[in-house]
Amino acid sequence: MTEGKPHVHEHAAGHSDVPSDLTLRVKALESLLVEKGLVDPAALDAIIDAYESKIGPRNGAKIVARAWIDPAFKQRLLNDATAAIAEMGYAGRQGEHMVAVENTSKVHNMVVCTLCSCYPWPVLGLPPVWYKSAPYRSRAVIDPRGVLREFGLELAPEVEVRVWDSTSEVRYLVLPERPAGTEGMGVEELVDLVTRDSMIGAEKLRAHVRGATP
Amino acid sequence: MSTPDRTANAPPLDQPAFARLPRDTGGPVFAEPWQAQAFAMAVRLSAAGWFTWQEWAQALGEQLRLAAARGEPDDGSHYYEHWLAALEQLVLAKGLSNREMLRERKEQWAEAYRLTPHGQPVELSAAMHGDHAHARVLGN
Repeated sequence: MTEGKPHVHEHAAGHSDVPSDLTLRVKALESLLVEKGLVDPAALDAIIDAYESKIGPRNGAKIVARAWIDPAFKQRLLNDATAAIAEMGYAGRQGEHMVAVENTSKVHNMVVCTLCSCYPWPVLGLPPVWYKSAPYRSRAVIDPRGVLREFGLELAPEVEVRVWDSTSEVRYLVLPERPAGTEGMGVEELVDLVTRDSMIGAEKLRAHVRGATP
Repeated sequence: MSTPDRTANAPPLDQPAFARLPRDTGGPVFAEPWQAQAFAMAVRLSAAGWFTWQEWAQALGEQLRLAAARGEPDDGSHYYEHWLAALEQLVLAKGLSNREMLRERKEQWAEAYRLTPHGQPVELSAAMHGDHAHARVLGN
């Protein structure tokens, strides 16, 4: 409470800077919703904490690494991704209906949400800025090979490209190809190889990615 | 689980198509605290059943479409502004608040910041004396 502060503060150099219009709009909305009992500040904090520190692409990487070393799990993942992912302990909002699509030497899958930014939160966290941008949302469908080229991935002409448009009901996880030269690796090492972008289909994994960026 | 490949549903070509893609090297999830708060409010309200996630996607998609129609460059950096606009719009549409209350409360927060000494936590009560909240607000 700021009431009852010594009067001298009224004349001191600084009052608090009025924050941005966006901050004020959010504070207005939040305080009104809290007063009406529609949201609980502690619940909001818990959501923010989860997405900032617990839910992220490492969840997806663990699924991918397990699919690479466990053929039965991989089959379950491709047959019913929602169940297979729940089996790994990752469930929750925006992951209710998951579909896993497998990249091979002949087929390259990539994921977009042309409407807004639907994305499999429980396994990948929140989407990267480019995924939410208008250029990606429009170009991924029109010119997927051009988009992939911009990401540094030049696909051979004989590789079939499949673009999956996410919706509020169905989210996609790309199962990237296991890179050559990783046969001897353990699961932890494999998890470290799997990048976020590879699980959106914007990147192909290479074994030497490991250690390339310190 | 039988959603077909929807590549046929290409979006209209009137966007600044073939603009360069913004890049992202895995920075923070939220650039500013208000983004996190707006994000969490939408998730909570939907989880509580005030709107479905399908309604949310429609509302957000509409804001993104409006921004594109206004010719705003959409490189993803204004994403949470559109998110907030969609949230306000749904809150109004579902009767959870009204435009006047939102506007008035925003002014009260601005006033609270102006009246709170620097370094002190800013509380709404700073702008609301007793039961008649508006007296101080109007005074500025």
